[in-house]
Amino acid sequence: MSREWLSRLSHVGMVILLLVVLSIISPAFLSVQNLINVVRQASLLFILASGLTIVVLTAGIDLSIGAVLAVSACVGANYIVQGSVWLGSLVGLAVGAACGLLNGLMVAVIGLPPFIATYGMLWVAEGTAQGFMKGEITAEFPASFRFLGAGRILGIPVPILLMVATLAACSVALRRTNFGRYVYAMGANREAARLSGIHIRRNLLLVYSASGLLSAFAGLVYISRINGVESTIGQTLLLPALAAVCIGGTSLFGGEGGIEGTLTGALIMTLVTNGMNLLNVSPYWQSFVMGTIVVMAVAIDQLGAEKVGRS
Amino acid sequence: MSGERWPEWARRAAMAPGAFYALILLSLVFGVFTAQFLTLPNLANVGIQASVLIIVALGMTLIILSEGIDLSLGTVLGLAGVVLALCVKQQMMLGVGILLAILVGVAFGAINGTLITRLGLPPFVVTLGSLGMAQGLSLILTKGRSIPGLGPRVQYFNDGWVAGIPVPVVMAAATFLVVYVILYYTKFGTYVFALGGNEEALALAGVRTRLYKTGVYVLGGALAGVGALVMTGRMNAAHPDVGVGLEFDAIAAVILGGTSFERGKGWLVGTLIGVAAVSVLRNGLNLIGLSSTWQLSTVGTVIILAIVVDALRGI
Repeated sequence: MSREWLSRLSHVGMVILLLVVLSIISPAFLSVQNLINVVRQASLLFILASGLTIVVLTAGIDLSIGAVLAVSACVGANYIVQGSVWLGSLVGLAVGAACGLLNGLMVAVIGLPPFIATYGMLWVAEGTAQGFMKGEITAEFPASFRFLGAGRILGIPVPILLMVATLAACSVALRRTNFGRYVYAMGANREAARLSGIHIRRNLLLVYSASGLLSAFAGLVYISRINGVESTIGQTLLLPALAAVCIGGTSLFGGEGGIEGTLTGALIMTLVTNGMNLLNVSPYWQSFVMGTIVVMAVAIDQLGAEKVGRS
Repeated sequence: MSGERWPEWARRAAMAPGAFYALILLSLVFGVFTAQFLTLPNLANVGIQASVLIIVALGMTLIILSEGIDLSLGTVLGLAGVVLALCVKQQMMLGVGILLAILVGVAFGAINGTLITRLGLPPFVVTLGSLGMAQGLSLILTKGRSIPGLGPRVQYFNDGWVAGIPVPVVMAAATFLVVYVILYYTKFGTYVFALGGNEEALALAGVRTRLYKTGVYVLGGALAGVGALVMTGRMNAAHPDVGVGLEFDAIAAVILGGTSFERGKGWLVGTLIGVAAVSVLRNGLNLIGLSSTWQLSTVGTVIILAIVVDALRGI
C-alpha cells in the first residue's frame, strides 16, 4: 500500500476514534445540532488553512494568516457596519490580498526566508489592526452580511457550502491546472522547476497573494458568524491552522500532500477543540494543547517519512 | 560591484551592518524632533531598557548563526518569569527560584534542539509549537492573571546597583562577555560558525553536530531565563503575556546587526548595535507621543523595511 493511502486511512481512523471517544464522554456530542456545529466551525479553519496549504506545498510558510485575517476583517467591518456590505467585503479581501502580495514580494523578489518575511508581516498586520480598532469592538452587522456566516441555504449552513466551494476551487486549481503543477514542482525542487521554465517569481507572488486573500475571506465569514470584530481575533488561529495542514499530511518540506488532507486536518482540530469544550477544559489549556499538537504532528509525519524513506 | 572603482572607506561603509545606519538615522531624527531624546537620563534609560533584549538577542545570534531560529524565546522568557514569581510567592529561597527560571529555559532549549536535530524538523515549526506550549503553560500556571508584588529582592535585578552601575547593565555586559568567550575562544564557538557554514562537512569530520546544535538552543533558552530575572524585576510582577513578541525584536536586532541566516556569517558586536537601533526606535516613538496602539505596526514596518534594505544590499 502506498504511503499516501496509509496516511489517508490513518486520518479517517483518527476522525472515527475522536468521534467514538467524544460520544462516550458526552451524550450531547452525537446530536445532529452539535455535529453540524462542528462542521461549521471546521469550515472557518479550513478556509484559513487552505491558503496556507498551497504556500506549504511550495516549501514556503505563511505565519501571518491569523494577523492578516484580523486586519482585513477590522478594516472591512468598518464599512460593513455602516451598511456598505459589498464595499466593505471587497475592501477586506483587497487588504488581505495586498498583505499576501507584500509577503510574496519579500519572499520571491527580495529573497527573504518565508518565515522571516511572514513573521514580520504578522506583527505589522497585528499592529495595524490594533491601531485601526484602538482597543474597541465593532458589532451588529446588517442582516445581509450576517447571511455569510449565519445563514442557511436548503437547511445547510452557508459556511459549510463556502468550505465545499473553497475545497473544490483549490482542488481543481492544484490538480487540474498548470498553476497547480507549478506549485508542486516549486515545492519538490525549486531549481529543477526554474530550469524547466516555470516562472518562479510570478507563481510565488500568486501563491502568497492567494493565501492572504483566503485569510481575508475566512475573516469575513468569521466576523459574520460571531457578529462582531476586535483586533485580537486572529491571535489564536495560526497554530490550529498550521496543525490542520500538518495533520492533513502536507509536508513542510514542500511538494507533497494536498488540500483534501487539510479538510480532515481541520475536522480533527475542530473535534479536539469541541472535545475540550465538552470536557470543560479551561481555555488556558488551548494554546498549550495546540502547540503540542503542531510539534507532534510534524514529528510523526517526519518519523513516518523516514520509515518509508523520504530523503 | 567592482572593487577598483570605490575607495577603501566607501567599501568598508557599504559592508557595515544596516543597524549601524539605522541607529545613526533614528538618533538624528529623534534628536531633532524631541528635546528629551539626547539627554543623559533618557539615554541611560534606553540602556537599562535594552538589557533584556541584549541578553535574549545574544542567544538568538548563536541560534541564527547555526542556521536556526527560535520563535519561542519570548514566551519562554514569560514562562520563566512566571515560575520565578510562583517560587517567590511560595516563600522559597530566591536562589531556587532563579535556578528554576533558568532551568525552564534550558528545558525548552533541550526539547527544541532535540526535535530539530534528531528528527530534522524545520526550526521555525518546532519553536512555533513550543511558543504555544510556553504561552499555554504561563496561562495555566497564572490562570491568566498577573502575579504582582514580588518585593525588593526581585526588584534588585532591575533597580539595584553594583559599583555604581545598574544591575541590568551589569548582567547584560556579563552575558556579552560569557557569550563572546564561548563564541570566539572555545571549540563550541568554532563549531557554531561551522554549523552555519556546512553542517554536512562538519558531521563528516566526526563532530557530534547534533549535540552542539542542541547546545545552541539550550544556551538560548538559558539566556531567556536570565532575561526573565531582569524583566520580572522591572515589573515587580510576572505576567503571562510579558514576553510575547520579544523574539521578533531579538531576531530583528540580530539580522540588522549583520548576522545572516546563511553560511555562518555574523558577529556579536553587530547584535549589540542592532539591539541599540531597535531600542532607540521604541524609545523615540514613545517620546514623540505616538499612540501605543500604532507603535506595534510602526516598529514592525520599520524593522521589516530595514531587513529588506539589508537583503537588497546583499544581492
